[in-house]
Amino acid sequence: MICSVCKKSEATVHLTQIIENKMQTIDLCESCSKAKGVDDPTGFSLAAILLGLGASQELAKPGASEGIKCSQCGFSLADFKKAGRLGCAECYVTFADALQAPLKSMHKGTRHVGKAPQTQQPILDYSEKLRSLQKKLEQTVAKESFEQAAILRDEINKVKELMGQPKGNP
Amino acid sequence: MTIDAFLSSPADVSRRTGPNDQIVLSSRVRLARNLRGTPFPGWAKKADRTKLSNTIRAAVEGLPSMPGCFAASMDDLNSLDKLILVERHLISREHAAKNGGSGLVLSRSESICVMINEEDHLRMQSLLPGLQIRQAWQAIDELDTLLEKKLDYAFSPELGYLTACPTNVGTGIRVSAMLHLPGLVLAEQVNQIIQAVNKLGLAVRGLYGEGTEALGNIFQVSNQMTLGESENDIVERLIKVLAQLIEHEQNARATLIEKQPKMVLNHIGRSYGILANAHSISSKETMNLLSLMFLGLDLGLFPTLERALVNELFLITQPAHLQKQFSGKLTAEERDVLRANMLRDRLLAVKRPTARFPGAEGPALDKAANP
Ligand SMILES: [Zn+2]
Ligand SMILES: [Zn+2]
Repeated sequence: MICSVCKKSEATVHLTQIIENKMQTIDLCESCSKAKGVDDPTGFSLAAILLGLGASQELAKPGASEGIKCSQCGFSLADFKKAGRLGCAECYVTFADALQAPLKSMHKGTRHVGKAPQTQQPILDYSEKLRSLQKKLEQTVAKESFEQAAILRDEINKVKELMGQPKGNP
Repeated sequence: MTIDAFLSSPADVSRRTGPNDQIVLSSRVRLARNLRGTPFPGWAKKADRTKLSNTIRAAVEGLPSMPGCFAASMDDLNSLDKLILVERHLISREHAAKNGGSGLVLSRSESICVMINEEDHLRMQSLLPGLQIRQAWQAIDELDTLLEKKLDYAFSPELGYLTACPTNVGTGIRVSAMLHLPGLVLAEQVNQIIQAVNKLGLAVRGLYGEGTEALGNIFQVSNQMTLGESENDIVERLIKVLAQLIEHEQNARATLIEKQPKMVLNHIGRSYGILANAHSISSKETMNLLSLMFLGLDLGLFPTLERALVNELFLITQPAHLQKQFSGKLTAEERDVLRANMLRDRLLAVKRPTARFPGAEGPALDKAANP
């Protein structure tokens, strides 16, 4: 069997894990397994390797935002495919669309649940509020109560302002 | 102070004990954190990394919960000392390869270790002997809460703590336990168990050795997913699974003693025989045989043997620890001879295992507790 990373050497390390009820296997040669940290359980994650292979091929679909670079750090999607790592925190915003599918396949959910720095608490409260307002707005629009919808839009803009986000389209 | 002078001796490390430590060797909780405004370590320029490393090191060192800690830049440590830290599970192999621009802070008790500029700006871990997942989480949660007041973490309300690799984003938590499962291996049930645990979204892998090979019958169980589930849920889920794994291992041992006592006695007797009499032995073989000595100890076959001695042998026969005891660079062949000499010497006073399992009133396995 040929190594799925370098596609050159004989694979001697075979890994199987079940991710999201799907059996995922990967075959690595000695040197690639070392390079990917498979011999070091603290650093190794099959998901990380898979992300570097399959998921990144998905990212490479024609028309994908290949040329876009992170305004903060200059990282590109091509760099991500090579490294399996992002350049900086801002990359999560820059490449949000491309990351959506892989994040969904490797995690339990797509929204953070759990600890947050204390300084972020007000923002978290706002984003909670924002989500509930947006949901209400959808329902109101569906019911065609446009007056109510206008009020909700104002409220949403106010919360966004407090969060330091750009206002939405009117 | 040098790291050499700071670290506890292998003998002291080997005397540490914890709940259920016959099966759960250690518990670890690791958090990944990054700071806003500087690229992740793998993409940052050397100058930025160095600056950030110094800032983070000062912040961690200055915490009231870290009195008497050891702090250093990775280029202050020589490669042998770094490997010693890897063998003690204090840093990752990746971090051992780092130099200037990366750092390390280790608490006085050695139970908390912060790796600076590994894959993320901060990788902090709490490592405790035995089954102490909840305690390890509390300890590292406290440290993190103190640090967030000093450092500006990269955090998004949507995605949580932002990490270099998207597999860690969200809580950035990796909860893991190191398990000794010789019973399940001898009973040929371990693969089945691994698959069952995998289905729960947890990863199981051999801690030593490559691929699916588990040297010393030691496995690591850890969570895979970090986004969409709270730290507490992850911790509690792992604890539940560990309780089941302990029970499975105990049952496997009880069944083996009942159904295949000769097979078990044969394995343990031979491992003692080789360890106590070999003149050349590899690190791999040593680990596998010491695992069976541990099993013999748990099953009451070595009335005069102290657990701490086997712990110590497990540690000091590993390549870096062995090299440390001798000056001059050793070849693998030389190491194998010195390892065997040391084992013969240390096991001289240990009587060979008894030829049968202790009676029902013996301490080996309490069947009543394992219905
Ligand atoms: Zn390869
Ligand atoms: Zn970036």
